Amino acid sequence: MTNHWVDIKNADLILIMGGNAAEAHPCGFKWVTEAKAYRKARLIVVDPRFTRSAAVADYYAPIRAGSDIAFLAGLINYLLSHDKIHHDYVRSYTDFSFLVKADFGFENGIFTGYDPEKHSYDKASWGYQLGDDGFVLTDPTLQDPRCVYQLMKAHYARYTPEMVSTICGTPQDAFLKVCEMIAETSASDRVMTIMYALGWTQHSQGSQMIRTGAMVQLLLGNIGKPGGGMNALRGHSNIQGLTDLGLLSNLLPGYMTLAGEKEQDFAAYLDKRSPKPLRPGQLSYMQNYPKFFVSTMKAWFGDAATAENNWAYDWLPKLDKTHDILQVFEDMNAGKMNGYICQGFNPLASAPCKIKVSGALSKLKFMVVIDPLATETSEFWQDHGEYNDVDPTKIATEVFRLPSTCFAEEDGSLVSSSRVLQWHWKAANPPGEARADQEIIAGLFLKLRELYAKDGGAFPDPILNLTWRYKQPHFPSPEELAREFNGRALADVTDPKDATKVLVKKGEQLNGFAELRADGSTACGCWIFAGAWSEKGNLMARRDNSDPYGIGQTLDWAWAWPANRRVLYNRASCDPAGKPYDPSRMLVAWDGVNGRWGGSDIPDFKPDSNPTDGMGPFIMNPEGVARFFAVDKMADGPFPEHYEPMESPLANNPMHPDNPLARANPAARVFKGDWDSFGKPDQFPYVATTYRLTEHFHYWTKHCRSSSVIQPEQFVEIGETLAAERGIRSGDHVRVRSNRGHIVAVAVVTKRLRSLSVEGKQVHTVGIPIHWGFMGVARNGYLTNTLTPFVGDANTQTPEFKAFLVNVEKIQTIV
Amino acid sequence: MRRDPRDLIRYTAGQRANHWIVGISFILLGMSGLALFHPAFYPFSLLFGGGTWTRILHPIFGVIMGLAFILMVIRFTKHNLMRRVDWQWIGRVGEMVNGIDEGMPAQGKYNGGQKLMFWLLLLCMLLLIPTGIILWRAYFDFPVELVRWAAVIHSATAVVMICLIFVHVYAAIWVTGTVRAMWYGTVTRAWAKQHHRTWFEEVTRR
Amino acid sequence: MALQSLDIQARSATTTPMPGVRGTLDVAKLIDISKCIGCKACQVACMQWNDLHGEIGHNLGSYQNPQDLNDTTWTLMRFFEVEPEPNRLEWLIRKDGCMHCADPGCLASCPAPGAIVQYSNGIVDFHQENCIGCGYCITGCPFDIPRLSKTDEKVYKCTLCSDRVSVGLEPACVKTCPTGAITFGSKTDMIDHAEERVTDLKERGFAHAGLYDPAGVGGTHVMYVLQHADQPELYGLPRDPAISPLVEIWKGVTKPLAIATMALVGFASLFHYVTKGPNAVSKEIEKEEEEA
Repeated sequence: MTNHWVDIKNADLILIMGGNAAEAHPCGFKWVTEAKAYRKARLIVVDPRFTRSAAVADYYAPIRAGSDIAFLAGLINYLLSHDKIHHDYVRSYTDFSFLVKADFGFENGIFTGYDPEKHSYDKASWGYQLGDDGFVLTDPTLQDPRCVYQLMKAHYARYTPEMVSTICGTPQDAFLKVCEMIAETSASDRVMTIMYALGWTQHSQGSQMIRTGAMVQLLLGNIGKPGGGMNALRGHSNIQGLTDLGLLSNLLPGYMTLAGEKEQDFAAYLDKRSPKPLRPGQLSYMQNYPKFFVSTMKAWFGDAATAENNWAYDWLPKLDKTHDILQVFEDMNAGKMNGYICQGFNPLASAPCKIKVSGALSKLKFMVVIDPLATETSEFWQDHGEYNDVDPTKIATEVFRLPSTCFAEEDGSLVSSSRVLQWHWKAANPPGEARADQEIIAGLFLKLRELYAKDGGAFPDPILNLTWRYKQPHFPSPEELAREFNGRALADVTDPKDATKVLVKKGEQLNGFAELRADGSTACGCWIFAGAWSEKGNLMARRDNSDPYGIGQTLDWAWAWPANRRVLYNRASCDPAGKPYDPSRMLVAWDGVNGRWGGSDIPDFKPDSNPTDGMGPFIMNPEGVARFFAVDKMADGPFPEHYEPMESPLANNPMHPDNPLARANPAARVFKGDWDSFGKPDQFPYVATTYRLTEHFHYWTKHCRSSSVIQPEQFVEIGETLAAERGIRSGDHVRVRSNRGHIVAVAVVTKRLRSLSVEGKQVHTVGIPIHWGFMGVARNGYLTNTLTPFVGDANTQTPEFKAFLVNVEKIQTIV
Repeated sequence: MRRDPRDLIRYTAGQRANHWIVGISFILLGMSGLALFHPAFYPFSLLFGGGTWTRILHPIFGVIMGLAFILMVIRFTKHNLMRRVDWQWIGRVGEMVNGIDEGMPAQGKYNGGQKLMFWLLLLCMLLLIPTGIILWRAYFDFPVELVRWAAVIHSATAVVMICLIFVHVYAAIWVTGTVRAMWYGTVTRAWAKQHHRTWFEEVTRR
Repeated sequence: MALQSLDIQARSATTTPMPGVRGTLDVAKLIDISKCIGCKACQVACMQWNDLHGEIGHNLGSYQNPQDLNDTTWTLMRFFEVEPEPNRLEWLIRKDGCMHCADPGCLASCPAPGAIVQYSNGIVDFHQENCIGCGYCITGCPFDIPRLSKTDEKVYKCTLCSDRVSVGLEPACVKTCPTGAITFGSKTDMIDHAEERVTDLKERGFAHAGLYDPAGVGGTHVMYVLQHADQPELYGLPRDPAISPLVEIWKGVTKPLAIATMALVGFASLFHYVTKGPNAVSKEIEKEEEEA
């Protein structure tokens, strides 16, 4: 979230799209009800289903699953053509006036630089026109046809309300009603927040959906303001912490990136990630990247990381490609992997195309499962009849189950969607032989290190030199780990302006990432967490909920990254002169007397930068402003464009009906063998979408009796029209089939799933909750990922669980 | 047992046993029913082992009484068919109540009042049994509106039946020499001649 | 069984007054259906606080699970897909459970002394140790709430967490409700809060928004804010709930009338005997027969 949960109460308008906060985030949803009750906020829900969120919405608009970009692009067009944008904001805080390279173009659904063989783009043309001084050329009059504003206006003019309606199936009046309500928040004293979740991320064009939403927010001037922002609602506790700590295959802690195999040169690696300002007077904060990186290496390798060995850069793996979850199972299925350590993850249930995942796991020699529960993955080799029809005699994979603790059985911090690190204390001791995850990993590591020390090996250095300073080596305590990711001074750290002034003494905990140094004098496990456990102690354990400004900015409650800031880009809540756009909801303001920024939040800005200096609020971008034009940051184009889901009920993309290359996301990665696994609408005419229910948490709570009592058995939701066509009544058993397999479930026939008129034909949606499997106390069911396609978002490779094709038939008897 | 060889047999042992099964069931039902009906009678539940046992036993007593009552109906219906003379008797019941019964019409085995009692009790049972089943929550679950009707009918009918049985018992006590008919099965010739002259004549003619 | 802090105001099958000297506050739970997202957290909180371990049943084609209230489900989210006006779908979700009537039909019907009590704060509570399992409370309830357990033949329903309330805590469902759709406090405060909510709903276009606190049962200690207070049937609520007239007859006039009638018959018999004497066989006939 750019903002935070409590801040939602400051919104005037709430758009829930690409998510179902009431269902999946009921506790956070309280802030929506607070905003409605006490700010008279309105709530809009746009979703293929009339959800629990829609049940309490002021306005609901239906949409075909997977067509969100078209809807939002139409909204952008509406805002631009009705002049409902925040002029001051977009001129000062965005790239509206920036000039784009002359050879950048977009034709018939494809951006310049496309290679149809590789399904990827050469992004050379996706950049700015630079002047001789290295700064971007701009046209403050916004008249230049190459300026971002003009290019964007032309790009989105194609998304007329008629086009939106034909693609999305949203009735035009409903679409326009949503546009009107949202457009009102272009005023300085009206703010909208957008709440989204996996309903946007789990598409082959998911990242661009989110980007389109962010563009809407920028046009309205809603980023950085209280009650505004782009708010990703994280599902798992502690998935925010997972990404923060860099547990994705291509990340290092704090969103630093792992080098590619071509980046053997350390200086070039750092240089690329430490961009110089692209406009005069800008901060380009990521110029500090070397400090973050070197401090991380010092935390990992201690004295073994030296300037001479590039701070152990050479010991880090260099990526040949991203090893995301789809790639891993592709490789495993191709027999390229022998072993798999599966920690806190249930891929048989959570990864797409179960038959492929099951086949891949069967090809392993061994698998280690670290989990509090007996997961489907750990039992994938067992025959569970129709629910897991495998022959154990044909599976040679040896499975080791290492029982671990669950969150309630351990101390530690969890990071919420609000980026708040909150310390918690265990409520119970773990059962039986269960051990904490870090205890299990420590055991594995110590054994491996012992073997490397004894036997050597091809490349023992990173293992033998890894720092392991824990008082009980086999049990690194949560407190030690937390202090480690906060970081400490390895030598006295002095003020760069005054070398005699010691900021942190040697051996002390750091106060924040501003104290990090690139000379090896600081160690920090995760730079964005620096300050969470300073010499003041464990700030994550703070429980002071005082709210002096009355807008929910409880700065003394736990600790938020970065630097305890609660609202990101909060400088943008003020006009260029430093005055809040809405003084009744002040986050920060320029205090001319003291020459500092201050207010209810920690300024996300250089605290002493006078507004007259013209520094932009988006300090992490070298431009200092927010980007409508994504330059080369996205795999699938600088401007989001509507593409059909990989499996779509339409033969062509209505935006580009005669270009088959532009039907689905041209930059989406599809593995060779998977093209044939996609179904066609003649056989699989209905759009399916999978989702979570409030009663359950993923595949965990089916192990819990209370949750199973209130939602005992697998079901699918079918609209009344489709049900009537297929002779299905509520309570019947139906078989839902995709090109990859089938599931059987109870039918819930409902008014809440409407059939939509898309390109003149009726499109039905089948809703498929995910929570059942063949382990646990709830009634056994099919893993719904039996049905889903093996393709992900072009940028993140998040699987496309939200839009694919199925067929549905009634079955007379329970199979 | 015949105390006097000249006594007349009024009830066989089977009939007497049948009557007392009904009678005892009735007493148990009445007491347990009253315990469930009004707080003033709740202490009766102690006789049955507490409230819960009272609730459990009451319908079981009801089943026993119902079955026994059906047997009685089979045994006695033929003696209780109303005839003109019975209506005449009922018409002059005031004299009877006043204790001046010399002028009452001669009666068969049962007088008009007894016959009327028989039919009223049968009517009560016909109301009590089905409504009792409807109220028997341990085994049945009927629509609540039906249960409410049943509750009203069952309790009102039960009260009526209790009053009728009061009258029945009192009449037996009041008319001296009657109770022994249900103890020993016999009555004296004089008793029969006075109260059931037609019956007396029938049995003595044989 | 009265807890020190919960005086009993009415007690089943008891005809004498309860202690009434101390004046306590009427409490109420307000359920704002316009804020309810149907997450069932209250349902689980109820199960957990009250140690209820229900059956893992079946899905019979709805979000509503279990299908109905039962001995281990004292509160249940009921789901209604309605179209109060054409093309305006609403998904109304109502937390069902005991309404804690000021004039409770269950208590009026109960024959077991002390099996049902009404505390002076308004909570109607079942004391299962006094319950005899007759199910009369089910017959008496205008809202179809109490459920007879097949396990122990006792009747169960929401206690409004009288155990929590007695020590100054809110009911478990209120504590757990994530959206603030369930609030708890004095009845007057809850009515005031409901008025604010109704004003808000009217401003959002729900012209008939209102409070459900039915007068037919003397008002309730569980109240609803309804978007369509003019159509409580949309939520599966009775329009004008009251103790059924049949129950009133059964538990009202029948009782004194019955006692009076039975007493009358008894006394009439006694006085008849005393005044008229026994109806003995006349000496004349006795003599006739002796001589025969």
